[in-house]
Amino acid sequence: MSFDDLLADDGRVEPRDEMPDAYRRTLIRQIAQHAHSEIIGMQPEGNWISRAPSLRRKAILMAKVQDEAGHGLYLYAAAETLGVERADLLDQLHTGRQKYSSIFNYPTLSWADVGAIGWLVDGAAIVNQVPLCRCSYGPYARAMVRVCKEESFHQRQGFEILHTLAHGTPEQHAMAQDAVDRYWWPSLMMFGPPDDSSPNSAQSMAWGIKRFSNDDLRRRFVDMTVPQAEILGLTLPDPDIRWSEERGHYDFGPIDFTELGEVIAGNGPCNRDRMAHRVGAHEAGAWVRDAATAYEAKRAARAEGAA
Amino acid sequence: MTSFDYVLALADDALVSAQRMGWWISRAPELEEDLALANIGLDQLGQARSLLSYAGVVEGAGRSEDDLAYLRDDRDFRNVWLVERPQTDFGVAMARLLILSAYQGELYAALARGTDPTLAAIAAKAVKEVAYHRDHARLWTLRLGDGTDESHARMQAALEGEWPHVEELFAPVEGAVVDPSTLRAATLARIESVVHEATLSVPDVAPAIGGGRRGLHTEHLGHLLADMQHLHRSHPGATW
Repeated sequence: MSFDDLLADDGRVEPRDEMPDAYRRTLIRQIAQHAHSEIIGMQPEGNWISRAPSLRRKAILMAKVQDEAGHGLYLYAAAETLGVERADLLDQLHTGRQKYSSIFNYPTLSWADVGAIGWLVDGAAIVNQVPLCRCSYGPYARAMVRVCKEESFHQRQGFEILHTLAHGTPEQHAMAQDAVDRYWWPSLMMFGPPDDSSPNSAQSMAWGIKRFSNDDLRRRFVDMTVPQAEILGLTLPDPDIRWSEERGHYDFGPIDFTELGEVIAGNGPCNRDRMAHRVGAHEAGAWVRDAATAYEAKRAARAEGAA
Repeated sequence: MTSFDYVLALADDALVSAQRMGWWISRAPELEEDLALANIGLDQLGQARSLLSYAGVVEGAGRSEDDLAYLRDDRDFRNVWLVERPQTDFGVAMARLLILSAYQGELYAALARGTDPTLAAIAAKAVKEVAYHRDHARLWTLRLGDGTDESHARMQAALEGEWPHVEELFAPVEGAVVDPSTLRAATLARIESVVHEATLSVPDVAPAIGGGRRGLHTEHLGHLLADMQHLHRSHPGATW
């Protein structure tokens, strides 16, 4: 079946199938960016592993950050089915030629931020990613099925952290509210620019990579999140949020996309720290990777000599 | 009778190791290693939680795992010096894991056959986890020892740095279920065979003075605890 017939039939494109170069390039860019987001996303939450306020929370957090490394691994593997290598993709991340989600350029200033990231950031990621389980590219779609399952687990854990804080001492409640105040707008921006200024969306929709527009997904996220905020007993920092009987959705206030532009341009609160951490770890590990390669070569040579 | 101090000694070794291991998550040389080190840290943390809960039972004063982890000062911690010093070099981390996992493997195997049924149950689970840690440390010791000239030198240096802290593992603890000195020969034999296989040499260095089992620590433990405990202590009585 040709690529166009396959798409028309809502079929899955597999690695050996023919596909247009532009489709391949778009997928590589998107999957790599997604993988980079997972591994950079380990940092803001990893920031609280050493200080988690109970041993149970410490264990849950370590497992969560470990899951993110796992997501990174299978997303890089999905990208590799398109004919690229993980080492090259990492190099593009380290040299700034490929991006990661801007949300991870915001700092985790309190323990409640770990809860807010789980509830809002993972919540937004799920809304973005559930449709990707039906993405036209098979390996990406299948990776997303597993990622989404784990993300929804993380989202519930984040909700539970905030619920405990919001129903705890006044200081804990204030900590939770402050985290939601800081993470709400950046979470809305995770869905990307508004539809009328999102140049690549139409092509991605036509290719079956993207299934819903940025604004549709953002609306879905707000509809999902507002009732949850009420259960938490926390206020979303937008006075314009109200239910619209007429539209069947929550209305919300205008988003200041100039801030997103600044963060994307590299001027967010943590852009430089995140990259320095990642590149630092990679460079510090070079001698270890070199050793592993040398050892394998010696072992192979010995095995050959013995044969 | 199993003593509070003995259970704390085992628990604190595991807890402090887990705390050091957590540092590596997002800093490992490869993504696969981020996963592996997180896994090892999680195992150690799980062991620490079971042991601390049991220590609270043995003490009989109603202290929980969190009370014991977060509300004791360094002089009340009973871990060895081996685990409390910083380990921000991968060679050091693997040299230390090689030593610790060899010791814990023998320890938990003995406890699993021992007279205290609670410790036996905790140890029966832990012994399987530690078998994986031991394998992981062995493979990295081989790769680093028999890899490049640089990695060989760095791994040898890491071993030299950790070796003075081996003997403390076998220091006596009052109320011990398994006399630590009985684990010495098997632990050393296991470590030394990996060291030789990795083309490295067993360091010839004097043991450090130690004292962790009596609550006398290096300066590093205070900083580790300050970091670990500050949030919990800033909100007395709060639930998390």
